[in-house]
Amino acid sequence: MIVNKSAMEMSQLLNNGEISSVDLTRAHLDRISEVDGQVKAFLFVDHDGALAQAELVDAKRRSGENLSPLAGVPLALKDVMTQRGIPTTCGSKMLEGWRPPYDSTVVTKLRSADVVILGKTNCDEFAMGSSTENSAYFPTRNPWDLTRIPGGSGGGSSASLASYEAPLAIGTDTGGSIRQPAAVTGTVGVKPTYGGVSRYGLVAFSSSLDQAGPCARTVLDVAYLHEAIAGHDPLDSTSINAPVPPIVAAAKDGNVKGMKIGVIKELQGDGYQPGVLKLFNQSLEELAKLGAEIVEVSCKYFDYALAAYYLIAPSECSSNLARFDAMRYGLRIGEGSAEEVMNSTRSAGFGKEVKRRIILGTYALSSGYYDAYYGSAQKVRTLISQDFKDAFEKVDVLVSPTAPTTAFKIGEKSNDPIAMYLNDIATIPTNLAGVCGMSLPSGLAEEDGLPAGFQIMAGAMKDDRLYKVGAALESALTKKWGGGILGKAPKLVAK
Amino acid sequence: MALTYEDLLTKYEPVLGLEVHVELGTKSKMFCGCSTNFGAEPNTQTCPVCLGLPGSLPVVNEKAIEYTIAIGLALNCSIAPYSRFARKNYFYPDMPKNFQTSQYDEPICSNGFLDISVETEDGMQDFRIEIERVHMEEDTGKSLHMGGAKGRIHGADYSLLDYNRAGIPLVEIVTKPVEGTGKLVPEVARACVAELRDILRALGVSDVKMEQGSLRCDANVSLRPIGESKFGTRSETKNVNSLRSVERAVRSELLRHGSLLIDGKRVIQETRHFHENTGETTSGRSKEQAEDYRYFPEPDLAPITPSKEFIEKIRSSLPEKPSIRRKRLQENWRVPDKEMAAMINADVLDLVAATVELGADPTRSRGWWLGEIARLANEREVSAGELPITPRDVFEIVSLIEAGELTDKLARQVVEGVINGEGRPKDIIESRGIKVVSDDSALSAAIEKAIAAQPEVAEKVRGGHIPAAGALIGTVMKETRGQADAAKVRELLLRHLGQG
Amino acid sequence: MISREDVANLAKLARINMTDGELDHLASELSVILDAVARVQEVANSDVPPTSHPIPMSNVFRVDENRPSLSPEDALSGAPASEGQRFKVPQILGEE
Repeated sequence: MIVNKSAMEMSQLLNNGEISSVDLTRAHLDRISEVDGQVKAFLFVDHDGALAQAELVDAKRRSGENLSPLAGVPLALKDVMTQRGIPTTCGSKMLEGWRPPYDSTVVTKLRSADVVILGKTNCDEFAMGSSTENSAYFPTRNPWDLTRIPGGSGGGSSASLASYEAPLAIGTDTGGSIRQPAAVTGTVGVKPTYGGVSRYGLVAFSSSLDQAGPCARTVLDVAYLHEAIAGHDPLDSTSINAPVPPIVAAAKDGNVKGMKIGVIKELQGDGYQPGVLKLFNQSLEELAKLGAEIVEVSCKYFDYALAAYYLIAPSECSSNLARFDAMRYGLRIGEGSAEEVMNSTRSAGFGKEVKRRIILGTYALSSGYYDAYYGSAQKVRTLISQDFKDAFEKVDVLVSPTAPTTAFKIGEKSNDPIAMYLNDIATIPTNLAGVCGMSLPSGLAEEDGLPAGFQIMAGAMKDDRLYKVGAALESALTKKWGGGILGKAPKLVAK
Repeated sequence: MALTYEDLLTKYEPVLGLEVHVELGTKSKMFCGCSTNFGAEPNTQTCPVCLGLPGSLPVVNEKAIEYTIAIGLALNCSIAPYSRFARKNYFYPDMPKNFQTSQYDEPICSNGFLDISVETEDGMQDFRIEIERVHMEEDTGKSLHMGGAKGRIHGADYSLLDYNRAGIPLVEIVTKPVEGTGKLVPEVARACVAELRDILRALGVSDVKMEQGSLRCDANVSLRPIGESKFGTRSETKNVNSLRSVERAVRSELLRHGSLLIDGKRVIQETRHFHENTGETTSGRSKEQAEDYRYFPEPDLAPITPSKEFIEKIRSSLPEKPSIRRKRLQENWRVPDKEMAAMINADVLDLVAATVELGADPTRSRGWWLGEIARLANEREVSAGELPITPRDVFEIVSLIEAGELTDKLARQVVEGVINGEGRPKDIIESRGIKVVSDDSALSAAIEKAIAAQPEVAEKVRGGHIPAAGALIGTVMKETRGQADAAKVRELLLRHLGQG
Repeated sequence: MISREDVANLAKLARINMTDGELDHLASELSVILDAVARVQEVANSDVPPTSHPIPMSNVFRVDENRPSLSPEDALSGAPASEGQRFKVPQILGEE
């Protein structure tokens, strides 16, 4: 099936004239109709818009215009990115029906690359969660097992890839929301260096941690998408004013001979599913076979990362979400004064997890508690950044399992916030330090036959290293498995 | 019996604090490229950033930084080598993000001073007002309160929000507590705001129009028993929209505090609203439960680290300090302190200077602006600068007087006409047919007519009783509809009657 | 560690109505979470500077020039209510 191909394969077919973008888009829209009733990855499918875009690209190609490598290829967009005139809900009732009057910079760049945006994918409300169960609309299902979570907060994007509803997706990662879903769905996802991709139009959850990033089924596809969306944006004061690292070249190179790979002592052991650890170690062996040197490093402050994250992120979010007050856009519920309407709207419009984090954040910033909580967390951040700096003096990349377990059942952890938060224990340090990270499939865990992820981390603006190591490992494992891991997933068909 | 100001001062010592907000005259807003033009149609100068739409991000206007540093330097502040923006979190419908991007514990300028002079019966008294900080923030949207009485918030049914003003760069200037001013505290407050305004105008960083809101003043006052060191409870007064209101509000608040304290009651820490029409304040929001603003460093913006070179470049391009300029003008015009103070109080100094610049005689220029024009301004309860008469108009009028084409009396009619909006001096002269009658023959005719009508008076004058000529002069003036030059009439009349 | 009354005050600061049940529930959940996150204090010594920007940068500015604004239709497009090209909001009780 055409939808099973990689984005690069599709691009080649488009270039050869073997398929038009309109047909390719239609094939994906059909696939969505067939299976999304079961997967529930999409909140909004833009049939007309996507086909119109595809037509435009086909016309450009016919006229002989030079097109980007991703031109005409379809993509799914996480619903926290603004797209002009298209419903953007952030998985919340607060923004039900809101159509932004402006495009995020990521969308602007995707348009210049002539990528076809199929629609908006489901996520945990305002990107807060690790399972997509916090979406105010419905939970998304993991295509590997529809009774299980697809990860979060970007479960919709990862599920759309794993179910072949889209070959490319955009996610956002604040504490692991791209990488952990990639791990539990057997796909590839990258959190770029903080500031590498513009946040203009990314509805803010935690401003100093959020990053939009590329997702796909192969490392090379992710590389092309990464290059398409990265770069300095004058509309984002935190965006890095430096050239995009040579990411596609690194993905094509994939030669890890002589590279030093650091295994983080603190990110394994207790709490990690044995099958997941086994796959991690097997992946290390593959890299060693390819000529990389495996070294153990200790990042002793990583033990405090989860605690620091669950102070910083809620604090920033309590401030970022204050704008949702029923006055200028979004939900308005209740009678009485402006204050009363604000209170009732925020009560009705926000879900449990969001409210929990807003209250926690309000507390951590309040007078008398700032130093002990938010202030202290920002200091831990310094210590963790130093851990990374010290480690990167000794090694080229750091590695760990992406998440401690494979996909759990829907409902299994939703009543235990701390258990839920532990899903991000390996991914959070990356966000705190602002460095980059990738997750790619390490295999299927022997306990349950479900995918696990291998996480690679590199220093700020060294994103290309992720792709070098990722490509090498992917190639070795694909050879070992006789094909991509998604080939082993249950075949989803229309019911 | 009502407490008098004098009584108050025998028991209590006033302490003053001023918070002045200045809207900077940049082309674009603090964090986005929207226009800052005043008076545009509602919500036509907004964008995702200043509307605080989900996903929007701020980017700092470099001119706003430059202007703020210039203000800090003009106020003798230290410029921080490292400063940051911070979020001040609170909810209000005129604030799109429900936090204000401002500065907290790392302001860009701090620890400066401002020297002012206040007129007293014993001459000019100097004060040095210490400046705590000068920092940057963003303005809010504007609300129209509908359905209730007189557009005030109390009793309104609903409100309408216009966000054109949201995001306009604001600079906040905060003084340290001002003590030791004794009874002069209202005058000191006024002089401080006036001097700040002049400095800001000279810097060219704002049009500082209090009536348009580009310069806003909050006055904080408190009283403490004489001899005590601890400050009394203070109140903050807002809606102080003119220099005169600053003085009145401060005096009114001191009396209110004094009356409460004398009666053994306590002053509530609160925000009060000043009313122009009554000259008094009413209670606003109680600040006893101060809202916790949960300040934290703004994660969407990078710190500001102005280099020494950048700061020096701004310092070297600062214009002449208003106080230096005033000294220079005073020397050039050879004007005593009292008259300088009068011009400053009447807010006509710049107008006089502009008139002199055009070539008019300084003494005559001063005379007109301080005299007739200031009087008419007071009558209309506006400042001289708000009247339609310009320095050029005054220059023309003075020139015409010097050329003998206008008498002082006729000139007053012209001034009145310009102020009434009838046009420029030449237009008034033409439309009202104002003309000095100095033609001797025409005058002679009128003089002879007057003598013929009052022969006894004429006899008196012939007999050496000169003062009696006044009645005849009056008649001639009436006959010529006031257009004769009175001095000339007197001269001719006396000559006619053999006395000159 | 965090009382129901504390949570009620925080909910007020955050402008979110909460039922008694919600307040109780949150108070117990947040107590557990705060216990867990308080460990940041163990290593946050006075000689460690705080980080608020992971990738250090400074002096990021834009030139003072005008860029096109949204049309008023676009600006008001999400408004729950509007009148005369302004956002219409219910009666505001607090003093301005």
